[in-house]
Order: sequence, then C-alpha cells, then structure tokens
Amino acid sequence: MNAYQEFKIIGSRPVRPDGLDKVTGRARYGADLNMQGQLYGHVVRSPHAHAVIQSIDCSKALAIEGVLAVMTGDDLVKPGNEMLGSGEGAMALKDVVPMVMSQGKVLFHSQAVAAVAATTPALAAEAAKAIEVTYQVLPAVTDIHAALADGAPILHNDRFPDGYPEEPTNLATHISLTVGDPDAAFEKAEVVIEQTYSVPMCHQGYIEPHACVARVDAAGRVDLWCCTQGHFTVRQFTAAVAGIDLGKIKVTASEIGGGFGGKTTVYLEPLAVVLSKKAGRPVKMVMDRGDVFRATGPAPGAQTRVKLGATREGKLLAAEVDCLMDSGAYNGNPAGIPAFMATACYKLTDARSTGRSVYTNKPKIHAYRAPSIPQVTLGVELAMTELAAELGMDPIEFRLKNAVEEGDANMMGAPYHRIGLRECLEVARNHAHYKSAVAEGAGRGVAMGYWINAGMQSSATINVSSDGHVAVLTGSPDIGGSRASMALMAAEVLGIPFDHVHPQVVATDSVGHTDVTGGSRTTLATGQAVIQAAESCVAEMCRRAAAQWGVEPGVVAWSQGAAHYGEHTLTFEELAERAGGMGGPLTFSSSLTATSTSPGFAVHICDAEVDKETGRTTITRYTTIQDAGKAIHPDYVEGQMQGGAVQGIGWALNEEYLYNADGVLENPGFLDYRIPVASDLPYIDTVIVEIPNPLHPFGVKGVGEVPIVPPMPAIAEAVYQSTGVRFRDLPLNPPKIVAGLAGG
Amino acid sequence: MNKPLNKMAVQATINGESTAFLCSPGQVLAEVLRDELDLIGTKIGCNTGDCGACSVLLEGRLVCSCLVLAAEVEGKSVQTVEGVADGGELHPVQQKLLEHGGLQCGICTPGVVIAAKALLEHNPDPTEEQARYWLAGNLCRCTGYDKIIRAVLDAAKTMREEAA
Repeated sequence: MNAYQEFKIIGSRPVRPDGLDKVTGRARYGADLNMQGQLYGHVVRSPHAHAVIQSIDCSKALAIEGVLAVMTGDDLVKPGNEMLGSGEGAMALKDVVPMVMSQGKVLFHSQAVAAVAATTPALAAEAAKAIEVTYQVLPAVTDIHAALADGAPILHNDRFPDGYPEEPTNLATHISLTVGDPDAAFEKAEVVIEQTYSVPMCHQGYIEPHACVARVDAAGRVDLWCCTQGHFTVRQFTAAVAGIDLGKIKVTASEIGGGFGGKTTVYLEPLAVVLSKKAGRPVKMVMDRGDVFRATGPAPGAQTRVKLGATREGKLLAAEVDCLMDSGAYNGNPAGIPAFMATACYKLTDARSTGRSVYTNKPKIHAYRAPSIPQVTLGVELAMTELAAELGMDPIEFRLKNAVEEGDANMMGAPYHRIGLRECLEVARNHAHYKSAVAEGAGRGVAMGYWINAGMQSSATINVSSDGHVAVLTGSPDIGGSRASMALMAAEVLGIPFDHVHPQVVATDSVGHTDVTGGSRTTLATGQAVIQAAESCVAEMCRRAAAQWGVEPGVVAWSQGAAHYGEHTLTFEELAERAGGMGGPLTFSSSLTATSTSPGFAVHICDAEVDKETGRTTITRYTTIQDAGKAIHPDYVEGQMQGGAVQGIGWALNEEYLYNADGVLENPGFLDYRIPVASDLPYIDTVIVEIPNPLHPFGVKGVGEVPIVPPMPAIAEAVYQSTGVRFRDLPLNPPKIVAGLAGG
Repeated sequence: MNKPLNKMAVQATINGESTAFLCSPGQVLAEVLRDELDLIGTKIGCNTGDCGACSVLLEGRLVCSCLVLAAEVEGKSVQTVEGVADGGELHPVQQKLLEHGGLQCGICTPGVVIAAKALLEHNPDPTEEQARYWLAGNLCRCTGYDKIIRAVLDAAKTMREEAA
C-alpha cells in the first residue's frame, strides 16, 4: 500500500525547469566552463595495444615555452586492493587507475601514458608529441575465445580468478549459480533446445565527450567541474587515484550530455587535478571523440549458450545459461549480472547460470544501460522464442505461461513482490500492433526484459523562500529530465504550484552524499529523499500553525498547500513569509540508503523488413510496453522507453567495435561507428503500465534501463520471420544478412 | 623573444550583430564561437562533421561549424542557437521541443534547433519522412528522435497557422 493513493500533479507533463536554458544554448556542459588563467591539458596515448613501457622522457616537452607541467602514471597512487564506490559503481582501485593512466604496462591501444599542460590547446598537443616513450611491444589479443586459447598473450600474470589454481590465465571472473536440480529437470523435459548467440562490444555513444576543468589552490584545495553521472563518485575516485584528501575536493557537476553508464567513473579528472597542482594554474581537459571510443569503457561483447527444457504443453522446466563476456584490459565485473539475472523473467525452480569474463587488449568495459543484461537476454529471449516455435505456441502465450509473478523467487532466492511483467505481456497480447497483420515481406518479433533497479544513497535539501517558492537541491546529475520529476514530487507533497519549485543539482559541498545517476535509481531514491524533505517541511509548518492557534500539532491537517484546523487556515506562502517570527528559516534535508527498490519489466514488439538484395533491415513498427510503477513525468518515462529501444535497435543492426590484428580500433568515430539517425527509424510507440511499487511512497520503480533489454532478441526474431534464415550472431548488418541469405 | 602569434582579424555578422574576432588560420568556426565569443550553445561532439551538435547557419545555409574555418566567415552572417529566439520569445521549434519533451540531456538540442529552423525555412510543410531525412545529420543518443520529430512537425504546423 502506497502512502499516497491519489495525485494532484504527479503524472502531468509540465515543461521541465531546465528546458529553457537547453533550447537557447545557455546550459553549460563539461566543456563550457573556463577558469581564469587556465591551461589546457593533452594526453599522450599508447600506439600499441600491449606493451611494456621502457622509458618516458618529458624533458623536450617541458623545455617548450608555455608548457607548465607534465605527468606520468608515477604521479598517481600505486593501487593495492582497495575498493571504491558501491552498488553498480563499485570497482577496485587497481581497475580504475590504469583507465586514467597506465603505470608501467600498456594493455590497450590509446591507453593514457603521460599528459602535459600548456597555455593553448595547440601548444599542449605539440608538447604531447615531444614526449618520448619507448615500448617493448607484446602480441595483443582482442577476441574473447582467442584470449582463452592455449598460448594466448597473458595480460595479467598476477591475477587469478576465485577457485582456479594460480596459473596465468586471461579468465577474469567465473561465477556460477544453481537452483534446484537442473540436470534432473532436463531429463524430464519433453522438448530441449540448445543454441549459442553472440553480441559485439559497443559504446554508450553519448554525444558529449568527457570534459573537465580543475583548479588546485596553494592550500591544496581542489575545485573540479566536470560532466559526470555522479560528482560524489568523481570526488571519491579522484581522491583515491590522485592521492588527495577527499574532504579537500569540491566537485560541481556540469550539465551532462549523455552518459548511459559511461560517465560513472573518472578518466580526465585526476589528470587535470595533478597537472593543476604541478602548474599552479587551472587545467582544462576535453577528450577527443576518437579517444572516447578508443579509451573509455565500452559495453562488453558476449557469447551466450542457452539450453532450455519444457513440457509439450509449454511449461518451462529447466534452463542452463553460460555467458562468456569481454572484460577488456581490466576487471569490469560484467559476469555477475548474467549469472544472477539471466532468467529473471521466468518461473524456474531448476536452473543453472554461469558468467565468465575474459581479459583482452581493449579498454576496460564499463556500465552501459542495464549492464550485461542485453547481451545475455539476446540468448535467453531468442531461445525462448525458438522454443515456443518448436512447441507451436504463440510467443506471448508461452511467456504468459512461464512469466514470474508475485511470490516467485529469482536466481538470488529473493521472492518478487508486486511486479508488472504479466500485465505488460497482457497489454502486448491485446495491443493493436500485435493484433495487426504483419506486412508482406516483413517479420515480427517479441521479447521481454528485466532490470533489477538500484536503490543506493541519495540526499535532498529543500529551502523555502519568504515568498513561498522553494529550492530543491539534490546531488543527482540530471541526465534525462529528473529535475522535472523532483519538482513534481516536491510540489505534490507541499501543495504548491510546479513553477514555484526550483530544482537544482548542486556541488558536493552543498547537499548530502548522493550516489551516481545510474541503475534507474534517481527518481526512486533521490525522489524519495525529496519526498521526505518535503514531508518534513509540511510537518514543521503544521507544528508552527498549531503553535499559532494554541492547539496540538496532531490536529492540524495539511491540504491544498495550507495548514487547516477548524476555521483556521495558514497557507504555505503565509508560513513562508512569517518564518522568521515563527521559529526561523525553513530548511529541510533528508538522506537515505533506499531499500524501496522494485525491478522493472518491459515487453517490446518489433516489425522489421529485410531488403533481400541489399541486406538492409528497416524497422517498420515498434511498440514498447513497460511497467514504470508510477510515471512521475510521463514525457520523460516515454523518452527513456524510446531512447533505450533505439539504442537497442542500433546494437542489434549496426553498432560494433571493429579491431584489427594489432588491436587498433578501426571505427573510432560516428561516421564508421554508426548510431541510429532519425531517418533510420519509425515512431516508437509506448504504453506505460503502472503497477505501483508498494515499498515507495509514490509507487515509483525506475524506468531508465529496461528499455535497452528486449530490442536485440525482438529484432533478431523479426529478421528471421522476414527472411526465413536464423541469425544468432549480432549485429544484423547488411553484409551479414546478405551472406546469411546466400547460405554462408 | 616572444613567438609571433600569427592571428587573423575577422569581421562578421554574428546573430545580427557586427562582430570582430582574432583567430589562428587553422582554427575552426565552432572553436572560435565557443572560446572567443563565449557562444557555448554551439556544441562539439565529434569535430569531424558527423554529429551535427555544432550546426549553425552560415549565410542562411545549414553547416557544421567544426568543418568551417573561422577565417572563412569574413564578411558573412552566422546564426547560432543563441540568435534563434526573438528577444524573450522562443522560436516555435524551441517552444515545441519543450512542450513535447523533445530533449533529454540536451547536448544535441542546439544543433537540432538550428537544423529544424533551417528545414522549416526551406520547407514549411515537411512530411515525417522529410523531417527525418533533414535531421539525419543531427545525432541524438537519448530520445530515439520520436519526440523531436513530433515537435518539429508541430512547430511547422504552428508556423503555417501563424503565417496564414
């Protein structure tokens, strides 16, 4: 039961408070701030994918007039086994430092090896060329299977996965989970299928490159501005990587030009801080687009083997999922999620799932929207569709028969509470899209998806002005309209107009600790902090009104933005105006580690038509159905559903990291790494299902990540239905389709 | 002895105002707009003409300002996103993007505003397909383009009604 059953303003679609600055060009992003007297940093990057650094000579660069500082990996801390962050953002320091700058060994092409700060960008670039690095080049391996083969170049001779003997291997992690007795259950199955599927490495593809500007003053205090999904995380990681007291660092989050998980760590920030400390002047750094592709964390490619067993009537009896994921050069922990969540949509009492990750000479992978789930879901969902076809069942009917519901346990053993998967499937089955005839030559695919939805730490502060307007301060960078949601939630509780609420994302010194905008957690967790702070405000206003009227606070009721008792009324504006004489300024803070989480589910329907001559696939109709719990601002819920679906479409059809034999990325730009453009797509229809999260005051569940999960299997099935040829390895780009249709 | 800085003086009309600036011969317009003139609404997403975030109108023509040398605009007119609203009044494209929720992170929005404005000056009644092809040079990673296209077609309708 939710604390709030009816809403006045939640669910409406006001214009977002930060919108005006964004359509007029005034909003300041990472590269849009300059500090007085700033220098420009430039990074020297490795031309080799695997090498030992023999020497770095910065003397010629330092001798150039206007070059004020140089640095190498020796200027960063030497990591031990420290862990950083929590939840989705948790990482070992030894996996963070080398993604900022290498220390002795280079494990991927374009890894940072040194950096320089100079008075102009052109001079910094020139000075970077004057830094002399000598390498002992080693053979590189970029393919996950080749990396596990005998005789493969070993990336780390000092890392051994749990449960393995201490012998050199590129296996990074191996996690296996079993519930029930899957082997016995497969024995009972009347129909068994087993197939292998693969998804390539891809990039989040945010349009804004990483950028920051840092100033270290003579007292060692750091003022850092950057584009990030979590400036508290930047503060922690920068402190740890650069070896600076965390309390001396203030981080201000700029507006952020996309992240999708990719901006939940640091790359340039510790470098700018170290260079600024050395030079005694601010240092600005902006990453080149090519380096964004080559040297920040992409999403892992993966191969997934899926074995399913069912009765003739279509009851799923057993599943076995084995997912092999690329980790890149360091441990990006991609394998746990497939092990724990591969079959999260299905009632299964007997299942085994395994996730393994492999070191390769590529940048360490990083979070990308529902990290690791789309990869394993391609296999699980497409296999389910293949199984349904084998059984002669409609794919939605098959899923309805086997979908998890309240009380079912997942692989982690925890029972689901009130979830909305069945409702999404029922909406899909009855949707006009699904009931429509498939066009001649086209095909249709359906798939569903799951994301756990994170909670983690959030804070909010509400300051009431004397005119009854309020500032809502949070530490959650607004990546897709969250300030509008925060303002709606505050306005709902306080009972004041939306445009009297002024939400802001403030610096690390101006609000309590807040974890990253990630894991689909911001509207849920930071929203809950806002709701709690607003409720404190209402409680205090009721106390003040009661004191004024000489009654017990408990008898004062709050509604319509005012305190009421009998004939007495004091409005929010009146209480705000008289605050000074009634107990002082009205300011309220709330912090929490959210435990109100509830997973998200979605069902997608895709129609696609394949041109059998050119191999080009056109998405002709696309419908997304998703349980949001409660949509606070439906425009931005739909926006997440549409944007995530289109990222999935890009991954399914075209996006792919292409490495040559030397481990050099061959398509590090938007021309050759082609993300979907407007003319590639139809409208993306959306249906928001609202099954309230009983643990959250407003029923919110979180919506950002699930939308990228179903597209790949839905599209792969639509392509099969259009062509009659089964493709199990993505992306389904024209050369692959043409070869497949030709029988190759 | 100081090195010669080798800067060129350029005079152009930027957002309707006569403007002079200094630039290096190799500097691109996007960089000068941002760093010399503080017109930071023009964004740099790729510097290779692939993303469209730096779209501006040069003599009324849609260009990527990362592919134009700053020195090339001598004597010409440039319009950036900062020059699109008429004083306090938003252009219909800007207004409709807000009303439709046609932006999420907003980094592509200035380029979309400029490109859509150019489209509607060129074709006041575009079809959905024409709008999609015209805006194919403006990458947006957040929205899936749905609400952008709806906003642009709605802005076209508003402008036609205002003109009628």
